[in-house]
Amino acid sequence: MIRTPLRPLARILEARNRGEDPRTIEHENLRLRHEVMHDAARARAEGRLLVLGVFFLCAFMVVGVRIGMLATSEPVEPRAESTGAAISASRADIVDRNGNLLATNFETHALYAQTRQLIDPQTAATKLAQIFPDLDAQKLLSDFTGRRKFLWIKRKISPEQMQAVHDIGDPGLLFGPREMRLYPNGRLAAHVLGGAGFGVEGVSAAEVIGVAGVEKQFDEYLRDPANGNKPLELSLDLTIQAAAERVLDGGMKLMNAKGATSVLMDVHSGEVISVVSLPSFDPNDRPRPAVRGDASDSPLFNRSVQGVYELGSVFKIFTAAQAIDMGLVEASTIVDTSGPMKVGGYRIGEFRNKNYGKISVADVIVHSSNRGTGRLALQIGAENQQAFLKSLGLFEATPFEIVEATGGKPLLPPRWGELSSVTVSYGHGISTSPMHLAAAYSAIANGGRMVAPTILRQPGPRLGQRVMSEHAAASARAMLRKVVTSGTASFGEVKGYAVGGKTGTADKPRPQGGYFEDKVIATFATVFPAHDPKYVLIVTLDEPVETSGDKPRRTAGWTAVPVAAEMVRRIAPLLGLRPGVEPREMAGITLTSN
Amino acid sequence: MTEMVYGAIPVRNGEPILPKWWRTVDKWAMSSILLLFAVGLLLGLAASPPLAAKNGFEPFHYVQRQAFFGGVALLAMMLTSMMSPTLVRRLAVIGFVAAFVALALLPVFGTDFGKGATRWYSLGFASVQPSEFLKPGFIVAAAWMMAASQDLNGPPGKTWSLALCCAIVLMLIAQPDFGQACLVLFGWGVMYFVAGAPMIILLGMAGLVIFVGTLAYSYSEHFARRIDGFLSTDVDPTTQIGYATDAIREGGVFGVGLGEGQVKWSLPDAHTDFIIAVAAEEYGLVLVMSIILLYTCFVLRSLMRLVKERDPFIRLAGTGLACTLGVQAMVNMGVAVRLLPAKGMTLPFVSYGGSSVIASGIAVGMLLAFTRKRPQGEIRDFLAKGVKR
Repeated sequence: MIRTPLRPLARILEARNRGEDPRTIEHENLRLRHEVMHDAARARAEGRLLVLGVFFLCAFMVVGVRIGMLATSEPVEPRAESTGAAISASRADIVDRNGNLLATNFETHALYAQTRQLIDPQTAATKLAQIFPDLDAQKLLSDFTGRRKFLWIKRKISPEQMQAVHDIGDPGLLFGPREMRLYPNGRLAAHVLGGAGFGVEGVSAAEVIGVAGVEKQFDEYLRDPANGNKPLELSLDLTIQAAAERVLDGGMKLMNAKGATSVLMDVHSGEVISVVSLPSFDPNDRPRPAVRGDASDSPLFNRSVQGVYELGSVFKIFTAAQAIDMGLVEASTIVDTSGPMKVGGYRIGEFRNKNYGKISVADVIVHSSNRGTGRLALQIGAENQQAFLKSLGLFEATPFEIVEATGGKPLLPPRWGELSSVTVSYGHGISTSPMHLAAAYSAIANGGRMVAPTILRQPGPRLGQRVMSEHAAASARAMLRKVVTSGTASFGEVKGYAVGGKTGTADKPRPQGGYFEDKVIATFATVFPAHDPKYVLIVTLDEPVETSGDKPRRTAGWTAVPVAAEMVRRIAPLLGLRPGVEPREMAGITLTSN
Repeated sequence: MTEMVYGAIPVRNGEPILPKWWRTVDKWAMSSILLLFAVGLLLGLAASPPLAAKNGFEPFHYVQRQAFFGGVALLAMMLTSMMSPTLVRRLAVIGFVAAFVALALLPVFGTDFGKGATRWYSLGFASVQPSEFLKPGFIVAAAWMMAASQDLNGPPGKTWSLALCCAIVLMLIAQPDFGQACLVLFGWGVMYFVAGAPMIILLGMAGLVIFVGTLAYSYSEHFARRIDGFLSTDVDPTTQIGYATDAIREGGVFGVGLGEGQVKWSLPDAHTDFIIAVAAEEYGLVLVMSIILLYTCFVLRSLMRLVKERDPFIRLAGTGLACTLGVQAMVNMGVAVRLLPAKGMTLPFVSYGGSSVIASGIAVGMLLAFTRKRPQGEIRDFLAKGVKR
């Protein structure tokens, strides 16, 4: 290969020698080199220009083919269809355990305006304001004549209202079909169902999405078309729920309480047959969440799962059951309940400073002795106590399937020393929801197996791991029965249903620390029938006062127990329980033979 | 000899201008443009009476205006195409500087005619949109810089032109006028491609576009909805696209007949962005296909001529002008048939619009000046090859 030098040095030197200007030679050389470069660049650009040409040819051909296809296709009647992702408005029904409807869908219409198509905005606004009294004619008119082209006027309207709007006869007023969530039973089971609202809204449809309760928890399942609109079966029983709500509502008013809640649970499956929280609301017209004040005063507040309270003496049975389970005591073992008792510098007292002396473990429960369970707890030890309460599910939010349940996380003592151990043994210093209590009592009632509370109908028993021995559970049940026959819950006796239970009266904590003197949470936790329990019923009243006597009475025995008893009286037959002849107690008589 | 001595015939420097022009100009491309302009007038007769009625003019007011501006445009086109490439380049660069300044001053002196985007200067009897004139000027200036950068000891013209391009795009986006911004960007990209963009950059850009598109599709619900709505087969008949589709279907192969079309009454942009729908409805597929054919002919003829061109500046400038015009037509028609998402872009020469048609005339004139036959040293090429062998 012969290399050509970039600069024609030989010629330049020659020219210099001749006395000529060498720059002309340089320019000539540069021009020649550019010529070569331009040829090379043209060859390269040729390919790229051809690519461009092919691209334009193809693009114009595609446009042509597309127009040809359109032009030769059949013209169709223009139909209004929504563009973009289709909105699925379907939502499955919700039914109770017997198939009764709790929530369903209802076809209705939304009213909107295409303001540019309005012929007479003035008349339209006036007449709309007459049909819908909550609309303001002036505001409507300014919207109709303003910049907006499209305007939602009403989300849901009745057929009568729709006809009335039709009669206005303005073509700018239009209706969009809507699926609307309907709760035919009104306020019944409001807190469980929650409510629904609209999600993405289009002219031809709108998403219906759950905003609370099972509607939100199972939102995806209910909206999934793959489930074929199969209804969601809840464990609730409509009839029993209605009876429970009615009794509890009456009880709440009678006992001057500001709120009340009840949970009825099947002890073998964990199914919640009825759960009530008062005051309640109508899910068809769900109120807005409270923006000020205490959230627990809002009717939206679900006391059964969100209301985390110190529940008091109802916890004593856990202490007794564990002590028996660990083999420390038997029901008949004598325990010293006499004072004074000092733990960690604090005196442990009794209700009204009573002194029960030396009594059996059963009597500790029957008389609800704080010092009795306190001494049992000291024997059990803080770590064992924690492990046992944890296995009863009292340390975590319940797995109950409504969204609010995740917020009901128990409050535990920050440091669990001897003092906490003693106070927790009688239900202070630990705050749980009534739903927690129902699940824990179910374990005692079904012979010592944990159950998880559920709102879904179960095909059969669903017993979890064992948390205490059969013997301990049986002893605890006998004690619970004794509380009703001869203890603090004597109003709880319902003839034929052998109710057993434990009362609990806890002073409400002040927000700024310490406890109120005159505000209590009164709870009665029952199992029935006590010899073979099938159900657990928890009734909790918030700030009850019973005023029939000389002095206002606030203890659970005077407030929660009569309400619970009335509830059992009403519900037990509905549950299919037959009143039975109970085995007679052999208490108080010593059989001797001569 | 006698004449030369006595000066009876003036001495000419080479061939007379007009015969030379006629001999060298790309007659196919020029005829395409003339025919397109005629089609534009024809469609103006159909599409603009509703607008005239709305604005209270006599029915063919806009046709007359279009004919006037079109005449000016054709004159400008002819004159420009007679110039030499060097003269075109000089005038275009001067024009570009003027248009650039005008564009930069728009926020101060411009008007938006109540349309929400400040794009025009109002001259009383007409309005001027500087960006229309900026486009051909910018392409010529950028081609000049790029070509210079290929020379030995040349300036870094590619970088300069990219900086200029970005500045213009930013100003256009600020107006906002995304359509023009995209066109300017596209023109620069095409020229960069032909000037020999490295393959790695091209592949990298393609990869980036796919990557970002996928990302946007999977993470932005809004974007995904837009794309899904565009991809789905059913059209909302109350949108402009819906009307346009309907009109094309109504028209069929031979159209519904002169003056029988309905779509022009419902589409506000029937005389500009959706004029192809009017054409399809009244004159049918036949006319639409002719229009497409004319644009294809124009773009391909110009590109084929540029393939032979040895001068880098002429090749680049010609490519930029031809492709910008072609892509504008393509996008306009693609939108009307829903091949592309909605974007307001006029159909060059066919749509109504004063600045637009004059600027397009000048652009085509420059292109015709660039694609004229000129000696390309082919014989020398041939001989050089022969020598090498």
